Amino acid sequence: MDDERVVEVKSEYDIVIARAVVRAIAKDMGFGLVDQTRIATAVSELARNIVVHAGEGIILVREIIKGGSRGVEVLAIDQGPGISNIELVLRDGYSSKGSLGVGLGGAKRLVDEFEIKSAPGKGTTVRIVKWLSVR
Amino acid sequence: MKEIDYEQIPILKIEDFLITSIQIPLHDRLAVKFQRDLLQKIEKTKAKGLVIDITAIDVVDSFITRILVEIAKMAKLMGVKTVLVGMRPEIAITLVEFGVELEGIMTALNLENGISLLRGVTNETNEERNVG
Repeated sequence: MDDERVVEVKSEYDIVIARAVVRAIAKDMGFGLVDQTRIATAVSELARNIVVHAGEGIILVREIIKGGSRGVEVLAIDQGPGISNIELVLRDGYSSKGSLGVGLGGAKRLVDEFEIKSAPGKGTTVRIVKWLSVR
Repeated sequence: MKEIDYEQIPILKIEDFLITSIQIPLHDRLAVKFQRDLLQKIEKTKAKGLVIDITAIDVVDSFITRILVEIAKMAKLMGVKTVLVGMRPEIAITLVEFGVELEGIMTALNLENGISLLRGVTNETNEERNVG
């Protein structure tokens, strides 16, 4: 399955592109409107995080299959300053740059899987997955 | 990216109210310009209420929430009440799960309800003034 899309995120205009790409893929896979919106909103936060904290990075979107379930996986990868205290950035109310302080923590609540790999000076990779519920 | 500078969100006036509909994705520069345009228009028209229509918005993230809350706060400082209208059901669901609150902004289902709501609250203020 080579259904993989990469969006380079360099400016805030790319945030709009990233979430449009993710939404289109989610829609094609059969996600409903609410799930499409959840995924697009989460990706919007990840992409904005890249622009604000790292300056540039990529958003990679692909369909994944595990144990008979299909899902959409999104990786947000940057080579920025990294995060020293991951627990802290996921806490509601935490804001390093004057945002609302719900960004990453909020995004986590909108998806099924959420994982951050980061260290100071080593960049940040955030991985999210939303599974297509079987009906 | 020169064409970006021509992006504009129209602000219309009807009765004592300003009406604006966000139809294009907001980014930082546009958001700042939109805030400034709105405040200038409030000053010029002496409007009492502001309706922001978001029917065309398909994602409300923490950024746009912050912009909307800021606009309502600024408008309030100028004596103007803000009503947000046209929120799609899927956005309402997402916002609640996401955990952001549109603090200080009134909401109504659609433009019509938004205008009636504003008529109500601005009339109350007038009556209070007359009594006092």
